[in-house]
Amino acid sequence: MVIELKGIVKKYFIGKPNELSVLKGMTLGIEAGSFVSIVGQSGSGKSTLMNILGALDRPTEGEYLLDGVAVAQLQDDELSQIRNQKIGFVFQTFNLIPRISALANVELPLFYKGAGRRERRERAMELLRLVGMEDRMEHQPNELSGGQKQRVAIARSLANNPSIVLADEPTGALDTETGNMVMDIFRRIHREERRTIVLITHNEELAKQTDRIITIRDGQIVGDQSTGNKAATPVPPTASPVSPTAAPASCLLSPPSSPASCLLPPPSYQGVRL
Amino acid sequence: MILENIRLALLTMKANKTRAFLTMLGIIIGIMSIITIVVIGDALTDSVSGNFDALGKNNITISVRERGTSGSAMMANFPGRRSQNAKTPETDDLLTDQMIADMRGAFGEDVAGVSMSYSGGEAQARDGARYANVAVSGVNADYQGANNITMLAGSFIAQRDLDSKGNVAVVSDKFVKNMFPGGGSPIGKEVKVYRSDRIEIYTIIGEYESSDAFAGTASERDETTAFYIPLTTAKQDVLEKNFASITVIGAEDGDVQEITERLERFFANYYLGNKDWQVNVSNLSSILDTVTSILGVIQLAFALIGGISLLVGGIGVMNIMVVSVTERTREIGTRKALGALNGQIQLQFVTEAVIITAIGGVLGTLLGVSLGAIAAKVLGAPLSVSPLTILGSVGFSAAIGVGFGLYPANKAAKLDPIEALRYE
Repeated sequence: MVIELKGIVKKYFIGKPNELSVLKGMTLGIEAGSFVSIVGQSGSGKSTLMNILGALDRPTEGEYLLDGVAVAQLQDDELSQIRNQKIGFVFQTFNLIPRISALANVELPLFYKGAGRRERRERAMELLRLVGMEDRMEHQPNELSGGQKQRVAIARSLANNPSIVLADEPTGALDTETGNMVMDIFRRIHREERRTIVLITHNEELAKQTDRIITIRDGQIVGDQSTGNKAATPVPPTASPVSPTAAPASCLLSPPSSPASCLLPPPSYQGVRL
Repeated sequence: MILENIRLALLTMKANKTRAFLTMLGIIIGIMSIITIVVIGDALTDSVSGNFDALGKNNITISVRERGTSGSAMMANFPGRRSQNAKTPETDDLLTDQMIADMRGAFGEDVAGVSMSYSGGEAQARDGARYANVAVSGVNADYQGANNITMLAGSFIAQRDLDSKGNVAVVSDKFVKNMFPGGGSPIGKEVKVYRSDRIEIYTIIGEYESSDAFAGTASERDETTAFYIPLTTAKQDVLEKNFASITVIGAEDGDVQEITERLERFFANYYLGNKDWQVNVSNLSSILDTVTSILGVIQLAFALIGGISLLVGGIGVMNIMVVSVTERTREIGTRKALGALNGQIQLQFVTEAVIITAIGGVLGTLLGVSLGAIAAKVLGAPLSVSPLTILGSVGFSAAIGVGFGLYPANKAAKLDPIEALRYE
């Protein structure tokens, strides 16, 4: 389990007449390497759950183990380090830093980790190639389209090899076609690199493209079902790294000195428009 | 880390050029005014001390003054300028040749010379339509050294002139120009000097270069210059042979202050029993110190006014940084989500403020030095800019950046990432 939530409660205005329980004791486990969606209407507690999963917020009660680390009661700067090294964020509004290049944006998590200039650059270029943005590395965010911005954001989320990628309505600001392209990228990085991806959305069509749908309502889990997509995945999680149709899973988890050949998209994905 | 922040700060500035410049303007003006004032003040101080050096930094003036008054010893140094309202000392109250001889004996090598003078009053040299206003001054040979008199031709009053009590004179270049406009050497020529009660004839033995340091307002034609004659000649018809004031020239390598204090004790002994008179011993460095400290106070007062404009500039920087933090709330949220520590966010914004103020400081320094140079030229004072002034002002403006950048930077660092990410 990469994520283990036990009895997570989040209350606001504690002790005041308008005390509000947003999350009412949530227990949840997410396996490493899975592609999970959390679905809920607005007001369901979805955003609060995401903030806790993303180590942006602390629960009022309960335990949260992320990759074996108890996160629930950490201090601000400790949470920053958890976010930096274990979580990759993809936002609905992209949230690229303006005025700096796509490359510099992807370098940021590495910069905050304290990586050297050369290491940052090589890793960022590698990731931009992975999302098909190698031609626009020096472009600033305002010179990119929505789909391109989101691809840069996805590359940025992967910078420090996070334990989970947390995508909050990643297609919400995109048209259907571009949204599908972004979902294709998520599926690909899930399949090829066996990333754990948690997709937060209110869109059930989108959720159906994931392996598991967790539905929440009024701060509680009301549904948790497998979609069966997983069985159709050509490469099972235990697949041998020498599989001919996919790059070895170890490639992107390894240091940037890994051979360049494993960064190229495998033949079966060259047809996908990125 | 620092370098990355500097690069980022420059990028941010580039994106908001006008705003960055306007923010900088406050710092530029503040630093500029302080630097200008410091440069002008230094130039004035240098110019004043230059003038004092010309008068002799080793000179120690010993003058008799009435007890309980603070008459300036300086006044006795200038021929023709004597305090009018003071009562006159008796012969026994004045400095005698014996005292001077005893003093020379006691101080030996520490005293390079004793300059004495006696003012013979104003007079006019005439030859037909030509005339020159003079202040007759009886002097001894050491007077030249004590007053830094530069000879253009001939020689100054020497011991043999004093011994012979001859009617010889040393005149100024201006005197020569007025009396001998045709050119040629004035040495050996005779001039008639009309005094209030008699006419005297002097043979010119030397011509000196007149100094402009204390020139009056009269036109060059009518300017009164000193007309040096032997002290013995000047005092020939005067009953009073003692001196109200003498100038002791300290040894070139001696400690003027120390010699001054010893002279003070030495002469005080002679006046222990004198109810009305005492001696005042002073050197120019103490007067120079006074003048310099007054200039320093004026300089400080103006610099404080400059400092206030710098303070206002600093507040401007803080204001813009607060706006910048608000505008970039979302960026700050994103950075935090990506793992920026509070300290890293703080450093980013402090760096930005420091870059703005440091660049403002450099520009302000350049402008200030230029303005100071112009002002120094207008005032006719030498320009001197110490590297300390420049380093100090750039350093100080950077410190303002830290001081006024800290509050907005802390505000940024303390933002809640959830709120910041949601900020529109």
